[in-house]
Amino acid sequence: MNKAPHESAARAETSNGATARGGLGREQLLDLYYYMRLTRSLEERLANLYRQTKVVGGLFRSLGQEADAVGSAYALDRSKGDILSPLIRNLGSMLVQGARPVEIIKQYMAKGDSPTRGRELNIHYGDLVRGFIGQISQLGDMVPVMAGVTLSFRMRGEDRVGLVYVGDGATSTGAFHEGINFAAVQRCPLVVVVENNGYAYSTPLSKQTAAKQMIDKAIGYGVASEQADGNDVVATYEATKRAVDRARAGGGVTLVELITYRRKGHAEHDNQSYVPAGEIERWATTNDPIDRFARVLSSDHGVAASELEAIDARITAEIDSATDIADASPMPEPADALVGIYADPPAEKPLWFREGVRAAVEVNERPSSWGTHDV
Amino acid sequence: MSEITYLEAIREGLAEEMERDANVFCLGEDIGAYGGAFKVTEGLQSRFGEARVIDTPISEAGIIGAAAGAAHMGLRPVCEMQFIDFISCGYDMLTNYVATARYRAMLPCPMVVRGPSGGYVRGGPFHSQNPEAAFLHTPGLKIVYPATASDAKGLIKAAIRDEDCVLFFEHKYLYRRIKETMPEGDHITPIGKARTAREGKDVSIITYAATVWKSLEAAEQLEREDGLSVEVIDLRSLAPMDDDAIVATVRKTNRVLIVHEDTRTGGVAGEITARINELAFEWLDAPILRVTAADVPLPYSPPLEDYVLPQTNDIVKAVRRLAAY
Repeated sequence: MNKAPHESAARAETSNGATARGGLGREQLLDLYYYMRLTRSLEERLANLYRQTKVVGGLFRSLGQEADAVGSAYALDRSKGDILSPLIRNLGSMLVQGARPVEIIKQYMAKGDSPTRGRELNIHYGDLVRGFIGQISQLGDMVPVMAGVTLSFRMRGEDRVGLVYVGDGATSTGAFHEGINFAAVQRCPLVVVVENNGYAYSTPLSKQTAAKQMIDKAIGYGVASEQADGNDVVATYEATKRAVDRARAGGGVTLVELITYRRKGHAEHDNQSYVPAGEIERWATTNDPIDRFARVLSSDHGVAASELEAIDARITAEIDSATDIADASPMPEPADALVGIYADPPAEKPLWFREGVRAAVEVNERPSSWGTHDV
Repeated sequence: MSEITYLEAIREGLAEEMERDANVFCLGEDIGAYGGAFKVTEGLQSRFGEARVIDTPISEAGIIGAAAGAAHMGLRPVCEMQFIDFISCGYDMLTNYVATARYRAMLPCPMVVRGPSGGYVRGGPFHSQNPEAAFLHTPGLKIVYPATASDAKGLIKAAIRDEDCVLFFEHKYLYRRIKETMPEGDHITPIGKARTAREGKDVSIITYAATVWKSLEAAEQLEREDGLSVEVIDLRSLAPMDDDAIVATVRKTNRVLIVHEDTRTGGVAGEITARINELAFEWLDAPILRVTAADVPLPYSPPLEDYVLPQTNDIVKAVRRLAAY
């Protein structure tokens, strides 16, 4: 299903600061590098914590998809209040919007001072001020939600754009169909990014849709489309930027297809037994988004290896300090479970058999697994 | 005969029915080559072929609707919801179309919808739900929720053979934690019949699914520490509900505790309580009590999840309160 990725034909940036392809200056290019590297290093740290059983639930990776997440989110204008809704492979998109590593680690460790106070797992959280809305596990549900968010922009005459991510699998859901169709009819300023990474859990694209490519779906909804190599961060940025500009100019919905590849399993427990031999290695060795971009930075923009190493070192320090803070954070107070289901009353009363009891059990055992295999 | 897990028991039941009846087929997300998110259907596709173990797109409404159509035509589909929390994505098809089909159009829907349910696994709000009460309120659907490995096998087979749609909730906490030797031969657990998981004479606990095990644990502790004889009734089927078994245990012990993992308000316990009031009020020596989850979406963090869900200590406390009457 995956086309051979086209090598980026970035226009060389001259040393006097002329802009690169996509109108990005040197500083912005280094920004893209920073966010991609931060995404990968943070996930590697989470994998370490997972192996130490410090991650309570499952761990989801976006290895090999950092460019599609970062490049697309970077096309939004944070100064205008643009909002995105990430999916499970969009840690990079959230970081671009201002999510911090310490929040992510606390979330995974189920800490009491995590953004969701230990109620939700992994990257399922949001912040309307910084411009991201947390997902739920039911795939496709965020498409109608973002249709409504962007409808509000239109109704209030705000110069804002929304972006929602779905995977190839989520395009099969009723919620996706209903959401994009409604947004199209209403000409909402919405960008729908389909991250086509080849697999939904274990299901290959050919079992998910009979469409030749995701952008073909745009025709049926009557919306514009863009397609890009999702492992080329600048190409991803450019395609998404066209969609964002179109939305802001009143041109309605665009379906953006980003062609990429998921190098890890659906989650950490998944052994990827369903992947043809050699496929993962081929993508890793010939089409890694960070390696590719580092080469472009060096050959076309004169970025020295030492500059990138300095960024890497800054990221490591940042993640180290985030880990220490998250590790030292307390677990939630048990009865906090009863707070905030409604605006009023502010909390549920404890059930009669819990009155005067601080905790339900002496020890909060961590189950050995989710009941999944070979953990 | 060796012991097999609750999960393997479901798989064995599926395989036996697929072997017995060529009309039985499975459909769901990642159930074929991968064998399902929890590996319940592992090996079935290689044994029965891609036509009878179908990997579907992510489309619960599509899966349930297609199953209904196939069932009208005489096939017997078994739908897997990857997590039962996703059954709500097919709620319209199930409640409006499937549940009413026989009544309004004389169209049978001999189909099964099954999936991993329940908490205690740090799964968070979308991988831990117990949706039985939402469907208990829908005439036209049958609901079973086994607690033991042999019932898991016996009920999946009964569900496949049933002439109507059966929702088969399987508890993911139990999947690999409990084992049992399967009964010989063509083992069927009748739908609509409770079982006595433990005989007792002082207090009755009426429960189902994972809290059967917590209730048994509490019963042992109460016998040890208080000398109380606690009866534990495992409902197994919620629709139809075994009123006779409920009345029999009330008449025997005159004290009833209802335990379920689902949230309290609008949960199955309220329905059981009303039935006891109608059928056996004069046999009660104490108010009917409930130990359930708090009315809260299920949180992820261990101290929070443990606080929201019912624990063995809570059951012990409730039985002591009843015994004091």
